[in-house]
Amino acid sequence: MQRLTNTAELKVLRDNLLQAQDPHRPIVRVCRGPGCLAVGADKVSQAFQSAIQSQNLEVKVQPLVKDTGCHGFCSQGPLVNLAPANLCYVRVKPEDVEEIVQTTLVKGAVVERLLYSDNGTRYKSAADIPFYRMQQKIILQNIGVIDPLDIHDAIMAGAYHSLAKALIEMSPDDVIRTVEISGLRGRGGGGFPTGYKWKRTVENAQENPGPVYIIANGEEGDPGAFMDRAIMEGDPHAVIEGMAIGAYAMGVNQGFLYVRHEYPIAIRHLAAAIAQARALGLLGKNILGAGFDFDLQINRGAGAYVCGEETAIIASLEGRVGEPVTRPPYPSQQGLWGRPTVINNVETWANVPHIIDHGAQWYADLGAPRSTGTKIFSLVGKVKNTGLVEVPMGISLGALVEEIGGGVPGQGRFKAVQTGGPSGGIIPYELKEEFTDYHFHPPDVKPADKMELSVDFDSMAQTGSIMGGGGMIVMDDHDCVVDLARYFLRFLEEESCGKCLPCRLGLKGMLEFLNNFSQGKGAPADIDALESLGKALVDGSLCGLGRTAPNPVLTSIRYFRDEYLAHIVDHHCPAGVCRDLITYRIDPEICNGCTLCAQTCPQVCITGANQQLHTIDQDACIRCGACMDVCPVDAVVVD
Amino acid sequence: MKPARQDIEIILEQYPRHPQHLINLLQDVQAEYSYISAEHLTLICDHVGVPVTQAWSVATFYKSFSLEPRGEHEIKVCLGTTCHLKGGQRLVEACERNLGVARGQTTDDLKFTLDTVKCVGACALAPVVMVDEDYLGEANMVILKKRLEQV
Repeated sequence: MQRLTNTAELKVLRDNLLQAQDPHRPIVRVCRGPGCLAVGADKVSQAFQSAIQSQNLEVKVQPLVKDTGCHGFCSQGPLVNLAPANLCYVRVKPEDVEEIVQTTLVKGAVVERLLYSDNGTRYKSAADIPFYRMQQKIILQNIGVIDPLDIHDAIMAGAYHSLAKALIEMSPDDVIRTVEISGLRGRGGGGFPTGYKWKRTVENAQENPGPVYIIANGEEGDPGAFMDRAIMEGDPHAVIEGMAIGAYAMGVNQGFLYVRHEYPIAIRHLAAAIAQARALGLLGKNILGAGFDFDLQINRGAGAYVCGEETAIIASLEGRVGEPVTRPPYPSQQGLWGRPTVINNVETWANVPHIIDHGAQWYADLGAPRSTGTKIFSLVGKVKNTGLVEVPMGISLGALVEEIGGGVPGQGRFKAVQTGGPSGGIIPYELKEEFTDYHFHPPDVKPADKMELSVDFDSMAQTGSIMGGGGMIVMDDHDCVVDLARYFLRFLEEESCGKCLPCRLGLKGMLEFLNNFSQGKGAPADIDALESLGKALVDGSLCGLGRTAPNPVLTSIRYFRDEYLAHIVDHHCPAGVCRDLITYRIDPEICNGCTLCAQTCPQVCITGANQQLHTIDQDACIRCGACMDVCPVDAVVVD
Repeated sequence: MKPARQDIEIILEQYPRHPQHLINLLQDVQAEYSYISAEHLTLICDHVGVPVTQAWSVATFYKSFSLEPRGEHEIKVCLGTTCHLKGGQRLVEACERNLGVARGQTTDDLKFTLDTVKCVGACALAPVVMVDEDYLGEANMVILKKRLEQV
């Protein structure tokens, strides 16, 4: 790769690359997101390679297969997209590949059976599928399209174009002002204004001259959230470019990418992207001949949820135990090695190139007034279309779950949404409080009757939850809020670093209450005691982990007090989840006497002869659910 | 047959002698040897210049480090929120019963280590179990047993 010595050369490189492209040439894009990999995308990709080679189509289809980042529609994986028609084939198996090559690549026809279909409609173009149609892809626009391991592909899609623009057309102050006016707020969950953070850091550095550092927070620890992973894996250059622009604005020469160690693919793709960017002179000394030096290093997280907190990241980067420290001083005053430091979430950095490219006003007009831009969510749980979605801020929660997500599958009834992971809350479907002020609704969709909560930083905070990183977990009537609140407390109790007392002991105390409730023990007054203990944690904890830890409990009490009372007073779990309050029973109408459950039961407490009705000895049953897992006719029911 | 393990000295020499590289070195040794022995911990401390007590506190604070040998195969049951809602907890207990070890422990024959993870980001397929690098989606004990017989 030839090193680029000025911004004109970058443009020439891009023009030349684009000119060599034939827009009508077929391209096979195989999704390698975590969801698709888990169902065998690897084998599909290999099958395409060998099928295309054996058909001697190497000249026509070049590259043979493009392994891309996440296409988003995880519940339909493995996904394959074929350009130029934007055909979206779903649930593709290696056995289907031969037919796709023959029919689509050779003859230019469509394999109907592999198209996504819903309610009798088959969708040829991915753009028409409701799941995709209602999204507004800005950060995700290149993810699933480009090959993340090929910088030329990213450059053709526009990567580093904004960096070049900032370097030649804008002063560092212009960049900061642009980000400030755009209204960009931190995507990690806190929603702190990014431009203001940058400005403060520069001011602090002026008072106290010396190096300044920037860090990308890729320690995406919230369970059920994989937005940052998708960005780092699918479009690593977006993060690098965003950081380079920020570095230019703040006079930074060294940046750090702090990435969760459970994301080996993200680490590999970022490392490759950094190496290629260096080779092209887009990182390193004298970037694009503009006299600006900036380089990046990757640090792997070591498996501590608290290291998503900014002061804990700094401790970890310095080689210490990841314990947060009191703020102030904020990292913008005294951060890494005591120097002013900016820490932004991966998604926040990925927004920056778009703001520089299209301007502050363009961005400020997107989304809701005080929450500008778009946000990526991972829509999971009891929802038909699970996956990764990008929508404008201010969309109604109902539109997000019912229209894009396709609602709750099967017989279930939509009960609640959990947002913001362990720091967030549980928001009921039938939210009838004052939160009906939504700002945006996709065209041609009538507003849902309920759940018109606007998805933006401030409205979410009003409910007692937070926007958070973007995990959105849909619950139906078979999910118990007491159990879920207990789950998050157990998670946090394990992950609390133990440094400050309210968090260390408060979480244990809260968990004790919930353990009792889930066993049908306790008194109604305990609910109030639990609430006041939770509020003590909010007020007294040192860092964000402890201060937000009670959110799932407090919101669930606020909206689902009846369900708590059902556990405590009636000793009944309405959702049929809490183990001490349920029984397993074999439905005599359905049981066919296959004996599988009796063979599997670890307690050997199921009796019944071959071809005869089986019964469970309730005294010996430990409610492990093994019988339910093996029953081929679903005769085991929960009461 | 596994490739021969990289010599500890070669791993150490990849990093300058500075305390900031403590975590990186622990990670590399963990990846290479699947655990951090007392002997290696001391060598790392000498290299980066930190007291053993500090390295010990770091190695025990972060979840990804193990101070005891791990099994040949790792079974990781996902306990992310979606997996929890779809029965991940029951799955861990079933694994514990079947392997005869508690979560975090290794079987006596050093064949399997059972662990739980917070979320592997494959929520669409919940509940998920990882056997080494492979994902098992919509898993239950029947599926998992079949898979374990193959390794």
